[in-house]
Amino acid sequence: MLKRLIPHPLLSISLVLVWLMLVNHYSLGNLILGAILGVLVPALTGPYWPNQARVRRPLKVIEYILVVLWDIVVANVQVAMIILFKRNADLKTCWVVVPMELTSPEAITVLAGTITMTPGTVSAMLSADASEILVHCLHTDDPEGTRDDIKNRYERRLKEIFQ
Amino acid sequence: MDQIAEILVTFCLVIAGIFGLVGSFGLLKLRDTMQRLHAPTKATTLGVGGVLVASMIYFYFIEGSLSFHELLITLFLFLTAPVSANFIAKTLLIEKKGKIALPETDGKKGWATNDSPPNVADSIQG
Repeated sequence: MLKRLIPHPLLSISLVLVWLMLVNHYSLGNLILGAILGVLVPALTGPYWPNQARVRRPLKVIEYILVVLWDIVVANVQVAMIILFKRNADLKTCWVVVPMELTSPEAITVLAGTITMTPGTVSAMLSADASEILVHCLHTDDPEGTRDDIKNRYERRLKEIFQ
Repeated sequence: MDQIAEILVTFCLVIAGIFGLVGSFGLLKLRDTMQRLHAPTKATTLGVGGVLVASMIYFYFIEGSLSFHELLITLFLFLTAPVSANFIAKTLLIEKKGKIALPETDGKKGWATNDSPPNVADSIQG
């Protein structure tokens, strides 16, 4: 019964928190309104998200967020430098294929999002069996190094979190 | 105290402005769509982020109230920026199918725009 009412407990909790932050004022009425949203939204979107996402190590999530935030700052500076100081002719743009060991759709989504937000890379497409991800590099001297970076820095941590 | 806060706010705003400008300049300078996609997804994140941090510092130290709206904007930005970038990339790859040289996949299946997903019945049989 509880499982049918709240199919995604984490989603429900974050909806309540987001609602409280959105009104920016804590009161019982707002909490109840948030709780109603927390039940309604997962119920409405349930058909599009049949599987249950499992977060095995919640503490690792914080580490992951910090690593990614730091990388985003570094990425911004690097991309800004490339845009400002590299001549277009010197840009070595290339596609990189990253094989993935992740299997859950949630983990792959997070990985693709992270790749897009971090150093000079945009994730473009998955292979049809979702075992590889196509990444576009703005500028790299070493495509293999970029691939290994993505695998070691992000995929390894996501594997610990989700699997 | 107010003085320090004002300096911090100014610093964040200037940084944000610089990165916003560089991101927009990148749109002009880079050559093809895939390259141009890099400029707004990254340089602009710090541009918007800087304004948000400045706003948080301002409201906390000068107005004396804590505001969560900036955190929410950051959250929504981080959720939507990669998704829209992925949409643009995928639309481009479908539109220019065959014209953009993609590397081969190592697995059994090709890229999602060129190949059908594996049959569910096949994967159950092994």
